[in-house]
Amino acid sequence: MRVGVLAFQGDFAKHIDAVAGHGVDAVPVRTPEEAGRSDAMIIPGGESTTIGMLCDRFGLLDVIRNRITDGMPVFGTCAGAILLARDIVGSNQPRIGVLDISIRRNAYGRQRESFEADIDLSSGGTFRGVFIRAPEVERVGGEVAILGALGDTPVLVACDGIWAATFHPELTADGGIHARFLEQARQRLPGRHCSRLTE
Amino acid sequence: MNTTLWSDRQSDAWRTKVGLAEMLKGGVIMDVVSPEQAKIAQDAGAQAVMALERVPADIRAHGGVARMSDPRVIEGIQNAVTIPVMAKCRIGHFVEAQILQSLGVDFIDESEVLTPADDRFHVEKRSFKVPFVCGCRDLGEALRRIGEGAAMIRTKGEAGTGDVVEAVRHLRTVIGEMRRISLLPKEELMSAARDLGAPYELVAEVAERRALPVPNFSAGGVATPADAALMMQLGAEAVFVGSGIFKSDNPERRAQAIVDAVARYNDPDTLAKLSGGLGAAMSGTSSAALGEQERLAGRGW
Repeated sequence: MRVGVLAFQGDFAKHIDAVAGHGVDAVPVRTPEEAGRSDAMIIPGGESTTIGMLCDRFGLLDVIRNRITDGMPVFGTCAGAILLARDIVGSNQPRIGVLDISIRRNAYGRQRESFEADIDLSSGGTFRGVFIRAPEVERVGGEVAILGALGDTPVLVACDGIWAATFHPELTADGGIHARFLEQARQRLPGRHCSRLTE
Repeated sequence: MNTTLWSDRQSDAWRTKVGLAEMLKGGVIMDVVSPEQAKIAQDAGAQAVMALERVPADIRAHGGVARMSDPRVIEGIQNAVTIPVMAKCRIGHFVEAQILQSLGVDFIDESEVLTPADDRFHVEKRSFKVPFVCGCRDLGEALRRIGEGAAMIRTKGEAGTGDVVEAVRHLRTVIGEMRRISLLPKEELMSAARDLGAPYELVAEVAERRALPVPNFSAGGVATPADAALMMQLGAEAVFVGSGIFKSDNPERRAQAIVDAVARYNDPDTLAKLSGGLGAAMSGTSSAALGEQERLAGRGW
């Protein structure tokens, strides 16, 4: 499986490291062709306005959106979650906009208010969440599952192979969340179902 | 062989500080002096702005003592944009740093561009909640600043000149020294640390990882998209552009072109396209023509 990590701006190198530990090909994506060749994609943390603008200028916004609509799994963290959200509160910035959530940028404040905290996973257990100038999910659509929460606030959500985290699993040594995303992505690979039946 | 590295023994707060620096990789941080310029920078795709009263070229021309910007100027810029806002304090001026933290700036640049407030010591940066970026000309200076708590390093270059030669020299020096110590046998690292004037544990970490423990950005003299891509190809992880944008003929177009150049720094066809028709770059000053007293990069201990 080839996992493309959008590599214009942000902590894409951390995601490449995080994914590479799971037996998949992690490749940086900077062109529409590279996006088109990816079986799954990761949209990293960074500045969502910058990443969105660069995607728009270099012709990736539509390509990525169409690939996702066609079933490509995608995982966005922090800025990546903002870019996947259909509704960004108070902003008309360029976005992929495929996930039915409303998200508020810099919801906790400035860098001074950045923090770490244990989040509760719906599968049981906790995960150390690193929140940096983090956004907050204010509304989730009816189809969207909440996989992780900090108190009452959803911080890890998913819908049809589209995953979004408001924290940074790529900054902690625990690869559990990347592993879960990649596992469900593998199951969504075209043809995977048939090959499984014949095995 | 299970000795933990210096970076692995740092606190949670260290991770959120270096984490923000990680989020700023691959982008451009632009000097701005007004809310209007800050908006132009954000609309061009800047990932952060440095809020100043005067850009370095004007600090150079103006002379006198350069200090922290007026908090009203910084607040005006904070209110104008959603991207991170950085601001500069003088070397060693920990009260200016306290004020910048109180204002809620996202990164504090303890900067040689301002007139140093202490000619021997830098700010003790660990006790601050807000992360710091500091300049360096070589590996020893970079590791001393990281030892004091800097969460991001930028090679200094020579600010306000529009001449990229010093930025290149400093980045090549840091990377060359990292390459050199990564080849040393372990028993030579203590003497290497002594010669660099750097903490032994940080030298040992660099020798093992062949990279700084924090992101390494480039600054000082970048004036064109090609300059920015040059620094990225040489190994910088992001670029600061000071006077180069708002001292040029067409700041909007130049700002966007430099952002695009950093995003696609390895693609000469794209660089050729986006380098055209930008109007004149800042005229600049050859850094070789500067007297020793006029060089800002020599500030820092």
